[in-house]
Amino acid sequence: MLDTLKIPEHHYLNNGHGLKSWLLTKDHKRIAVMYLISISVMFLLGGLFAMGIRLELATPQGDFVQADTYNKFFTMHGVIMVFFFLIPSIPAVLGNFLIPPMIGAKDLAFPRINLISLYIYWIGGIFTLSAMVSGGVDTGWTFYTPYSSTASSTHIIPTALGIFIAGFSSILTGLNFIVTIHRMRAPGMTWFRLPLFVWAHYATSLVQVLGTPVIAITIVMLFVERAFGFGIFDPQRGGDPVLFQHLFWFYSHPAVYIMILPALGVMSELISTFSKKTIFGYSFVAFSSLAIAVFGFIVWAHHMFVAGISTYAAMVFSFLSFSVAIPSAVKVFNWTATLYKGAISFETPMLYAYGFMGLFLIGGLTGLFLATLGMDIHLHDTYFVVAHFHYIMVGGAIMGYMGGLHFWWPKITGRMYSEFFSRIAAILVFVGFNLTFFPQFVVGYLGMPRRYHTYPDEMQVLNVLSSAGASVLGLGYLLPVIYLLYSLKKGAVAGPNPFGASGLEWHTQSPPLTENFVEVPENIGEPYEYEHVVAKEKHLV
Amino acid sequence: MSNAVAHADQQHVHAHHPALQHHFDTMAQQKEAAVIGMWVFLLTEILFFGGLFAAYMIYRVWYFDAFAEASRSLSLFWGGLNTAVLIGSSLTMAMAVRAAQTNKRSATVNWLILTMILGSVFLGVKVIEYADKFEHNHVPGPSFVWAHQEAPGAEGAAAEHEAAPTSAGATAGGEHRQLSLTPDQLQRTTQIYFSLYFTMTGLHALHMIIGIGIMCVITWMAWKGKFDEQYYTPVEMAGLYWHFVDIVWIFLFPLLYLVERHT
Repeated sequence: MLDTLKIPEHHYLNNGHGLKSWLLTKDHKRIAVMYLISISVMFLLGGLFAMGIRLELATPQGDFVQADTYNKFFTMHGVIMVFFFLIPSIPAVLGNFLIPPMIGAKDLAFPRINLISLYIYWIGGIFTLSAMVSGGVDTGWTFYTPYSSTASSTHIIPTALGIFIAGFSSILTGLNFIVTIHRMRAPGMTWFRLPLFVWAHYATSLVQVLGTPVIAITIVMLFVERAFGFGIFDPQRGGDPVLFQHLFWFYSHPAVYIMILPALGVMSELISTFSKKTIFGYSFVAFSSLAIAVFGFIVWAHHMFVAGISTYAAMVFSFLSFSVAIPSAVKVFNWTATLYKGAISFETPMLYAYGFMGLFLIGGLTGLFLATLGMDIHLHDTYFVVAHFHYIMVGGAIMGYMGGLHFWWPKITGRMYSEFFSRIAAILVFVGFNLTFFPQFVVGYLGMPRRYHTYPDEMQVLNVLSSAGASVLGLGYLLPVIYLLYSLKKGAVAGPNPFGASGLEWHTQSPPLTENFVEVPENIGEPYEYEHVVAKEKHLV
Repeated sequence: MSNAVAHADQQHVHAHHPALQHHFDTMAQQKEAAVIGMWVFLLTEILFFGGLFAAYMIYRVWYFDAFAEASRSLSLFWGGLNTAVLIGSSLTMAMAVRAAQTNKRSATVNWLILTMILGSVFLGVKVIEYADKFEHNHVPGPSFVWAHQEAPGAEGAAAEHEAAPTSAGATAGGEHRQLSLTPDQLQRTTQIYFSLYFTMTGLHALHMIIGIGIMCVITWMAWKGKFDEQYYTPVEMAGLYWHFVDIVWIFLFPLLYLVERHT
């Protein structure tokens, strides 16, 4: 069947050639591709810093870099990965590319703003990278005052301004998605026929729109304090450094949901497609996304249990943090129920989905340890925390991103990648990830604090395991770069719907037209119906 | 691909408005999208200023006396004048939107220009007020000095008593207020007030400058005759933004200028 397929004559990639046709495009798909390239570069950079960290921690002594350099390594790793890779990853690449075709629209509501958001992201990136090149920052990605406002002599202002600027890119993306989902749906595409990917992005966009301005103003306050000597967080003048933490986490905790919610949306698509079954409990999965977004805003102080906040506040925040587990569990149980008696297959995207379910489970449950007030005093600022949030951010968000990228790669490029190598890579990522981060739970529980470049000798075994795992993980991330790029030229032609998926985006050619569809889609049925897809395939054969 | 455009176009019964973008079906859909987008943007703006208001709230509760003292050093005359000017500019902006809706080109341009003038007056007054703060070392930082009005408390009186020629006149009668703060505490905590004062009013002024910049473009577009009864969205959106900036000031004025002004 594959032999008869051809890359369509006209599609968005050959509609206009040359750099200018890309840099001035208003096509959401081209903007998504440019985001994909940009965030991949950032991922590589952030990964290099992670390599530096793991190299240093291979031995108990500080022998690879000095303490100051090590501080800059983990700070730049965090800043780049959080603000310049994870937050834009799924929304700006996959969301940007897929939301319009998924809802039957020609483009996002504001194509020009979409392009502007990319430029804003680049400008923010240039600020932060220029700070990195000129010497880096050593505060940690959290920029806690008063160290960041008065003590540290590193390049905080350009780094923070870069984050401030990139934040507007995130806001504009979220704004665009909200309006698009409200006003650009094709006739018949009702709210409860939307793919769950779109629901997840709707929830994500709410968080982006409501949370990001708060980190922006927090950075402004940090900026005026550092640049002009104002005193908003300065304890010497009666200011409260803990207020900075409150404001910072008011964004940065929901930011975790900006990273994970889109990945949860990808999961729903993958699990339904590769078990060829309607998603179990559609509306529960849809509303659990919104619930996570809402809960995400009222749990921030669990980052500050040992920062001197009131015990009663801590109890409330502890309880609320536990309640995030409910909508998260709703999703995992519904996916499991979807798999039950499904026609399950093991293509690469699905391997990532399986990996995601396991890792998200561990990441989520260890989050409950940390939400427990007594446990948190023991575990705060140890490697247990590092392992926990890497299970969510890397094991969750990046697995979701990789799964989604492999799932929609044929749609984006029109070609298939090597199934063999991609399965190897997926397995390498899973094994490498667990080898890297599982020992960190143990070493953290034993008391190894984060952000130190030396540690007691008896912890070396676990740290060496972790460093070894990081190399495997790195390999797992590098391999896709090779076979995906190779597939651009040599990959088999994918055809419109290589995985037999049901979404509207698969009802158009791959790669799609600039306008996404030849005709405005009509007769949109219920989501995740596979009968007609199967019938169509039989017809083709 | 051109095929796709052609087909989609057949669905429209009437001719296209030149301002209709290709990915929308109707002008109404396009306008609704813009309106929702603008309100979502204003929501982000509320959260943006919200961080400062939260900080203000906490410190005002903690250091109420310092906030009240520092607030008295602001000029009610300039603050009140600016409030009036800004509310007036909201009226002229609303008139501009109305003129655009009813397809009155020159009225639209004139109301927009008047709005920009009022906005500039506001900024001019702000410059006067800021200059006054610099003159009296009320800008937070190493050079900040809080020596204002009658130094309260016994120990402070000898130390840094200084006549306060700029006092707004509220205490001209020479009555003494009982303060719970020592001069040293005042010197430190009034800086928090002024840090917030400058950050809040500074950001507000920045929003006004951006607003005037936007209005320049809108005025030019109106002058060129880009708007009519069917398409005046940019004027309306600029109006929403301008009203938002106004409302922020409506909160800033009492919070910054009117802290316990009655005593």
